[in-house]
Amino acid sequence: MDQLVVAGKAYSSRLLVGTGKYKDFAQTRAAVDASGAEIVTVAIRRTNIGQNPGEPSLLDALPPSRFTILPNTAGCYSAQDAVRTLRLARELLDGHALVKLEVLGDPHTLYPNVMETLSAAQTLVKEGFQVMVYTSDDPIVAKELEQIGCAAVMPLASLIGSGMGILNPWNLQIIIDNAKVPVLVDAGVGTASDAAIAMELGCDGVLMNTAIATAKDPVLMASAMRKAVEAGREAYLAGRMAKKPYVAAPSSPTGGLIAPAQNKAA
Amino acid sequence: MIVLTVNGERRRFEAPLTAAQLVASLQLTGKRVALERNGEIVPRGEFDRQALLDGDRVEIVVAVGGG
Repeated sequence: MDQLVVAGKAYSSRLLVGTGKYKDFAQTRAAVDASGAEIVTVAIRRTNIGQNPGEPSLLDALPPSRFTILPNTAGCYSAQDAVRTLRLARELLDGHALVKLEVLGDPHTLYPNVMETLSAAQTLVKEGFQVMVYTSDDPIVAKELEQIGCAAVMPLASLIGSGMGILNPWNLQIIIDNAKVPVLVDAGVGTASDAAIAMELGCDGVLMNTAIATAKDPVLMASAMRKAVEAGREAYLAGRMAKKPYVAAPSSPTGGLIAPAQNKAA
Repeated sequence: MIVLTVNGERRRFEAPLTAAQLVASLQLTGKRVALERNGEIVPRGEFDRQALLDGDRVEIVVAVGGG
């Protein structure tokens, strides 16, 4: 069976989803179920002191017994904050080591700060974390993150929350061709075809949130994304035909026509 | 009386307390939370034993929706 293997663990779904921007936890869960995702990413935030102590928690809707919870460092702008956040996350999730590292460089674009990301990755790997790392689509940085010991490298397709799709497939191709760890596109996917293209390029998986959560019908979009990732993966494994700009071979026999074509060259 | 900074807010307490007592006072007992005291993780199993001292900075976090 074709499985995604991250940090020694196999998953049947190659679609990873975020849990932000949903109307409520019921919609979050319905979308996650429709996506077929086994790995779901969550943010770590201060408790709202004094506010509704009885209110349900995200992990009641997405129990860690059923899903692989991937705590992330969304909103962190320094290596130090990202490392502190993930140490808290590990404690919160009873020693769980698989994490998503992202260190942002700019609140306007949410573009990753690769210097801080590299520094945080070094510390986290030393501390025994299994790091899935969000980064730019720079092949040299991606390789460096792999060599530090990250469990997966996750370049952006385009900016977080932009829905602009895959802006630089050639860079992604270099990253995929050079990588010995899984490569997942994280951020920028807007609709199903974007996810399919990422998988056709040879990505091992896709991580997305906004494309599903802000669709008019998030549950239906989650289902579309599941199919797109599966279709893209199968197309990649099948091996696409060669592109021929012209002199294409017809699919039907060239002989036996009731009115044979005139050979103008003769 | 002691003053703690809890999740960035200064809060006064009549007497010194443990991490477990702070969590209880916030009605978070039994919830899945993680706690950091002055930048260091306090494991959940040690909440009962961890004294909080005047001036401590405490962070208490949960998992929330995010991407």
